[in-house]
Amino acid sequence: MTQTILTVDDSRTMRDMLRMALAEAGFNVLQAVDGVDGLEVLQRSTPDVIVTDINMPKMDGFGLIEAVRQDSRYRKVPILVLTTESDSAKKLRAKEAGATGWIVKPFEPTKLIAAIRRVAA
Amino acid sequence: MAAIRQTFFQECEEQLSEMEMGLLAMDEGRTDSETVNAVFRAVHSIKGGAGAFKLTQLVQFAHTFETALDHVRSGKLAPAPEVMKIMLRAADVLADLVEASRDGREINEASYEAVATDVKGLTLVDGQEEVEEPIDFQPTVIDFGLPEISIEPTPEITEAPSHQYHINFTPHPELYANANETVLVLRELNRLGTMEAVCDASTLPSLEDIDPNGAYFSWSIRLTSEHDTADVREVFEFVEGEADLSIDSDGQAEVSDADVAALLAMALGNSPATEMVASETSTEANVAANQDAPEATPSEIQAAITPSAEAPKQDTKAAAAIPTQTTIRVEFDRVDRLINLVGELVINQAMLSQRVIEANFAGSSSVVIGLEELEQLTREIQESVMAIRAQPVKPLFQRMSRIVREVADATGKEVRLKTEGEATEVDKTVVERLAEPLTHMIRNAVDHGIESPEARAAAGKPAEGNVRLTAAHRSGRIVIEISDDGAGINRQKVRASAIKKGLIAADAQLSDSDIDNLLFLPGFSTASTISSISGRGVGMDVVKRSIQALGGRISISSRPGLGSTFSMSLPLTLAVLDGMAVSVAGQTLVVPLTAIVETLKPKKADIHALGAEGRVMSIRDTFVPLIDVGTELGFRNTATQPENSVAILVETGGGARNALLVDSIQDQRQVVIKSLEANYGTVAGIAAATILGDGRVALILDVDALVTGSFEDSLSGELRYGTGD
Repeated sequence: MTQTILTVDDSRTMRDMLRMALAEAGFNVLQAVDGVDGLEVLQRSTPDVIVTDINMPKMDGFGLIEAVRQDSRYRKVPILVLTTESDSAKKLRAKEAGATGWIVKPFEPTKLIAAIRRVAA
Repeated sequence: MAAIRQTFFQECEEQLSEMEMGLLAMDEGRTDSETVNAVFRAVHSIKGGAGAFKLTQLVQFAHTFETALDHVRSGKLAPAPEVMKIMLRAADVLADLVEASRDGREINEASYEAVATDVKGLTLVDGQEEVEEPIDFQPTVIDFGLPEISIEPTPEITEAPSHQYHINFTPHPELYANANETVLVLRELNRLGTMEAVCDASTLPSLEDIDPNGAYFSWSIRLTSEHDTADVREVFEFVEGEADLSIDSDGQAEVSDADVAALLAMALGNSPATEMVASETSTEANVAANQDAPEATPSEIQAAITPSAEAPKQDTKAAAAIPTQTTIRVEFDRVDRLINLVGELVINQAMLSQRVIEANFAGSSSVVIGLEELEQLTREIQESVMAIRAQPVKPLFQRMSRIVREVADATGKEVRLKTEGEATEVDKTVVERLAEPLTHMIRNAVDHGIESPEARAAAGKPAEGNVRLTAAHRSGRIVIEISDDGAGINRQKVRASAIKKGLIAADAQLSDSDIDNLLFLPGFSTASTISSISGRGVGMDVVKRSIQALGGRISISSRPGLGSTFSMSLPLTLAVLDGMAVSVAGQTLVVPLTAIVETLKPKKADIHALGAEGRVMSIRDTFVPLIDVGTELGFRNTATQPENSVAILVETGGGARNALLVDSIQDQRQVVIKSLEANYGTVAGIAAATILGDGRVALILDVDALVTGSFEDSLSGELRYGTGD
């Protein structure tokens, strides 16, 4: 079955790159521009994996992860953090919020897809 | 990929503009976390995208800049004026680097090294550069738990011998809470070789005591694989810190995570009470990492284990926060097509109205009522479509702050640009075509207007000069003003220069305003030496022509010692025009409403002959030149009798008043402008054309050109524009 990935990133460039890489790998791709938008998409559809940026306006990645984890429907949806941040404190904070994994940009599509396959059931 | 690249640079433009806006806000003291964050995010996004395109220079500079911004964000660096000055310069460099990257150029690093050094200097703590997070262009998957200990990739072993691993893996509840799954980890591990996993379920409580969110199993795994320890380690990458894990390879015992953590903490002089969980593959690697990785300093570890404790709390009020708008992107071609179509619709609707009138329907008939509704709707649609093309002048104004900085630097002046009304919207084409004249005027204001700090001090003014750039909507037009608090126009110097250049007679009687307007004469320049800033071969005459080509007017006012103000008034759109339809020799002409002061019915006594052909009309106590539109445009050979005509008093861009003599006034209407140049050619005195309700073409008068062609003397020679010369 085709798996659906929700990508949350405020950069259009990043969203385009993600969509291209993921669609090529055979995933369905949903997109959101920030945490708030991401939660909105989650009202309508249930992705198999969420890939999110950290630094975003309105609601950042931490906020999104916390909100997703509080929703019983999404407690088990793996969330990968994809960001340029490589700061360890931030990584720890994301983990505490409930992130499943962390990938540092610029990403290599094959790595990202491998990571998604690793966490997706 | 090319498309994404294009998206990236488009986005960079937006980020740069966001960044500049935020920095200027910070410079004015608005340092709430929302504003600082927005700037940080903008630079951060540029860095992120640039990394994907391997734009090394851009990434490096953005990283340096971002680090400094992060210091501001975390409260380590106060956004003092001198700090903001460096930041604004960094913003300029970043913009240059983006531009260079877009054009595929490399910028000589020496050219911005000074700025880079200054920015780096901002993050120096006690003269020591703070340990920076390394930037790595290679995609790296970084693990959780351990702060910045780089994993040295194990050298490739050519023969790839088989390794034996013994792995003990005890998941914690957090592993499941974070949506990791043991079964997926095992599945992944199984891919590496032959695996034998034994599950220890001895801690599993009875059914009634089971916590559904608990973790009760531990696994003992034997793996035979050609992969090295790092690969095996990578399988557990996402679950590190969420499980007890030990990996023995080839009978070599591995220290448990807890032991390593304690050891590390001890070595760093910290209490082992931290929650750190080590992630290295072997004791040797750990020790090596400790020795070879200077970045693992105690302070950093401390920073890592007290996540963002010192970071200021988000300012929830964010009063000065700039709201983000929900937008969609549409190509301009599509909008223009829509505008064209609506233009046709307007014309079509006008034609329909005409037919209905000709058919003599009763005013109360449903056809007439329906038509009126259609007319109303058409107008609304037209306005809405025009609004799509409208853009705020903000990006344009933002570019000016950079110009001010550059010119101020080059001339050794201290100048602050204040902008107002950035949200004022005007047609996209107007915004675009304003850039050049505005840039020139801003340069002039700083270069010629503002005095040197010494001169200002001598005049009792603050050393820092002010340039104000404002935009506002005023009676259906946009008015943009540039004012400075400099020395004002040196009228004696201007006059002398004009006489020397033969532009005016030595004994010419000129009012102050006349002298000020000399600046707009072609080739006029008061600068004794052509400076590299203002003296670019472009004079104020060119500025004036560009403004007039946009259907705008420019005027100047100056007060000695107090400064000068240039004021421009421009139409909001170039697509429609409010005009007065008039009849001349059986033709319908349109006079732009903005040029009209009033309409008069002249009496014979009001008209006086002047010279052989000229006539003037007395209006109250003044005389204005009378222009017979019919003869001027060649519609007829003999002059009309003023008493049988209507005089329209018009004002030109230069402020001169003239009376246009036409046969009669039809009505006032909005017309869709059709370019005459694109469809026919340039005609003196005619600005454009439009299509009337009955399908005939009507010409739109170019009042300034008409007046110039007829009467203006050498003084107003600069007004000769758009007539093909």
